[in-house]
Amino acid sequence: MSSATQPSPLRSLSSEIPYLSVFLGIGTLFFFIVAILTPEPAMRVHAFIFLAAFSAGLYALLMQLQFGKTPPTDTYNLNVAKAGVAASAFWGIAGFLVGVIIAAQLAFPALLSWETIPWLNFGRLRPVHTSAVIFAFGGNVLLATSFYVVQRTTKARLFGGNLPWFVFWGYNLFIVVAATGYLMGITQSKEYAEPEWYADLWLTVVWVMYLLVFLGTLWKRKEPHIYVANWFYLAFIVTVAMLHVVNNLAVPVSLLESRSYSLFGGVQDALTQWWYGHNAVGFFLTAGFLAIMYYFIPKRVNRPVYSYRLSIVHFWSLIFIYIWAGPHHLHYTALPEWAQTLGMVFSIMLWMPSWGGMINGVMTLSGAWDKLRTDPVVRMMIVSLAFYGMSTFEGPLMSVRAVNALSHYTEWGIGHVHSGSLGWVGFVSFGALYCLTQWLWKRERLYSFALVEWHFWIATIGILLYICAMWVAGITEGLQWRAYDEYGFLQYSFIETVEAKHIPYIIRAVGGGMYLTGALIMCYNLYMTAKGHVRQSEVDGANAPAANPNLVPAE
Amino acid sequence: MTNSNHQDDTPRVDDHTGTETTGHSWDGIEELNTPLPRWWLIVFYVTIVWALIYCIFMPSFPGLPGLRNHSERANVQQQMEQVAVDRTALASQLLSDVSLEEIEQDPELFQFVMAAGKSAFGDNCATCHGIGGRGVPGYPSLADDVWLWGGTLEDIRHTITHGIRAHSDETRFSMMPSYGIDGLLSPEEIDDLAVFVSNFSSPHSNQAAIDRAAPVFEAQCSTCHGTNGQGDRSMGAPNLTDAEWLYGSDVKTIRSQIRNGRNGVMPNWGERLDETTIVALSVYVHALGGGEATTVAEAEPRDEHADAGSLAAEDNGAEQGGK
Repeated sequence: MSSATQPSPLRSLSSEIPYLSVFLGIGTLFFFIVAILTPEPAMRVHAFIFLAAFSAGLYALLMQLQFGKTPPTDTYNLNVAKAGVAASAFWGIAGFLVGVIIAAQLAFPALLSWETIPWLNFGRLRPVHTSAVIFAFGGNVLLATSFYVVQRTTKARLFGGNLPWFVFWGYNLFIVVAATGYLMGITQSKEYAEPEWYADLWLTVVWVMYLLVFLGTLWKRKEPHIYVANWFYLAFIVTVAMLHVVNNLAVPVSLLESRSYSLFGGVQDALTQWWYGHNAVGFFLTAGFLAIMYYFIPKRVNRPVYSYRLSIVHFWSLIFIYIWAGPHHLHYTALPEWAQTLGMVFSIMLWMPSWGGMINGVMTLSGAWDKLRTDPVVRMMIVSLAFYGMSTFEGPLMSVRAVNALSHYTEWGIGHVHSGSLGWVGFVSFGALYCLTQWLWKRERLYSFALVEWHFWIATIGILLYICAMWVAGITEGLQWRAYDEYGFLQYSFIETVEAKHIPYIIRAVGGGMYLTGALIMCYNLYMTAKGHVRQSEVDGANAPAANPNLVPAE
Repeated sequence: MTNSNHQDDTPRVDDHTGTETTGHSWDGIEELNTPLPRWWLIVFYVTIVWALIYCIFMPSFPGLPGLRNHSERANVQQQMEQVAVDRTALASQLLSDVSLEEIEQDPELFQFVMAAGKSAFGDNCATCHGIGGRGVPGYPSLADDVWLWGGTLEDIRHTITHGIRAHSDETRFSMMPSYGIDGLLSPEEIDDLAVFVSNFSSPHSNQAAIDRAAPVFEAQCSTCHGTNGQGDRSMGAPNLTDAEWLYGSDVKTIRSQIRNGRNGVMPNWGERLDETTIVALSVYVHALGGGEATTVAEAEPRDEHADAGSLAAEDNGAEQGGK
């Protein structure tokens, strides 16, 4: 294909292109055949989605082969991080919107359920919401930030030429397949792992490539040590790979159909699922976002990380202890009691390792406390750590069997999850997105700090409404479920306990709506920042906040 | 962007905190070498020690019950047995020779039966009949004094035990024909008939339609619903002259029922619930508001085959599932 003396354009291209092209070519052919042969309409839709994505990828590669310039090897690959920021904003709005819709459906079930439109049933929209916020929004934030952070902290370009783009598009293809599958009724009924076997296989391919890109970049780093954020990213990538593969072990009914049977049955299936489910929280929503915290907070406030020793001890204790805590999701079930006990004691021991991250993040502000007042982005990230601290205390508390007897299966669990996800994951992500947009598009400052203030306050009040409503609803129904009369008969029928939650459900929907409103304000702000605009009144005004991260730190 | 960019791993002292850094720097980010916060470490150790102690006392290894010999399963079993024992005295009285009327007269038994009935009603009946039996379209209200199949204690017990149009030899059974679907009447006749039926309770001005429908009603409907539309409980034919309607009182809903002839189904609970629960439900529904007094002629001899005490176990099972 090329002569030894005169390098052709082909030769100077990265070596992954031929492999990727062959893979995408075979995939295109495969999904074409599946689309023709499958007896299942929903499967045909998915085959066509894969077909379209694979052929688009193949086309892009071939175009690059023909006209592409030599990709630079000495600069950072920032475009893939930019794409991740845009995807995060898009999926964030989509996920929050579906959340508000299903919250409204729970508040007004008679008004907002339509028998003739099965796609909009609560049962189908609910996994769309959870997957969209966790995997689509959270996942894209993790992709964008990890691709950015690993380059900046290793002084190396992302490994693998086009591979980061393959990871980005492949991951978002998985999201589309998962979400459309839920709407069409395809699910394997495992919470947070609803996609069926073929989507799981595809995600496995993408995830292994992600690991390869990340490890490859670390491998060719030009720094002697590996920064703590990268330990957390690596723990997140490796563990999620393991969790995903084990929990999704299944035998498909046929290569042309969506249904499959799990390899595990009964209580083993439940235990595997909650080992997965709990560590999706631990390694996706905790370790991954701690990585974000460890880069963006010290960078934004321009102060050293509070304690290197604490970061080591809490990192290793966190990942060692988290992995055993899953059985606390199965208290008072068929799971043997000894396994429940272990799940509970490991959850208690997890309290301080979790708080280590909060201490390290908050105390990094030491010497720059004024930034809480002057920079709403910093405030957002510090409040996220406050929510993190609260929910990582609440979690061990709820894992105690006696507390769990009251809290399990109630709205308290929903409130707990959302104080962690809206407060911690959401806010630290918003902080990172504000920073990334400013830094990636190389802007002096954000379009508007006033809009960040609005975002912060609307979203914070929304979260508080949400979690307080769920505490009230959860404890109310938990107490009602266990109320007996003098003869030992249940005091309340189930439907009475549902009716009791009507008002909290409305408040929850309002809180969720406020959170969505805040996110919409953020998206506008990010868009204007990327376009290079600065809000006029903030340029002219004398009291414009000075929150440029490039300023010298206040002492 | 930071004070210094150490590539040589030489620690420096941070001006603000006075703490040494580790000497590493990534993209300008340095780390202080602050020792672990003391309180953090102590609390961490305490949780570990607590976990070890807890594991010694509680079951934490396959096959070993721990020093406290704790078993959640055994506790549940014991509590369920205790509830069953507590209830036996009253529950067995229900199955003795006392009639339903006598239960209503006996304050202690009545209180027990109402508690049991309320609980069983909430779990089994409220899904269709609504909380407190207030009724929803298609599912009759049990709180008023209008009864399709009879409102005495024995009538209610029979309906609960054998159901309506259910899988029981003694089930309540009748059929409202689908006059429109089966082509028994023309659409025009059904329109007129709907006005005619509605006219029983809320007078209509469309006298022509009423006149046209009168002979049709006489021929098709009066056999079951009576010549004056007053209904017939022996075949569950509703009274059409009162203000209470199963599906709805407007002409459109009445026309729909004549056309489609919906025949609702109620399960034969005798196959699913034990005798004491059926007794409790009968008395509870009877007492909801509209129960009728028994006339001597209607009283039937009661069945004498029932297992005592199962009421307690049934309800307790539901409670454990709810946790």
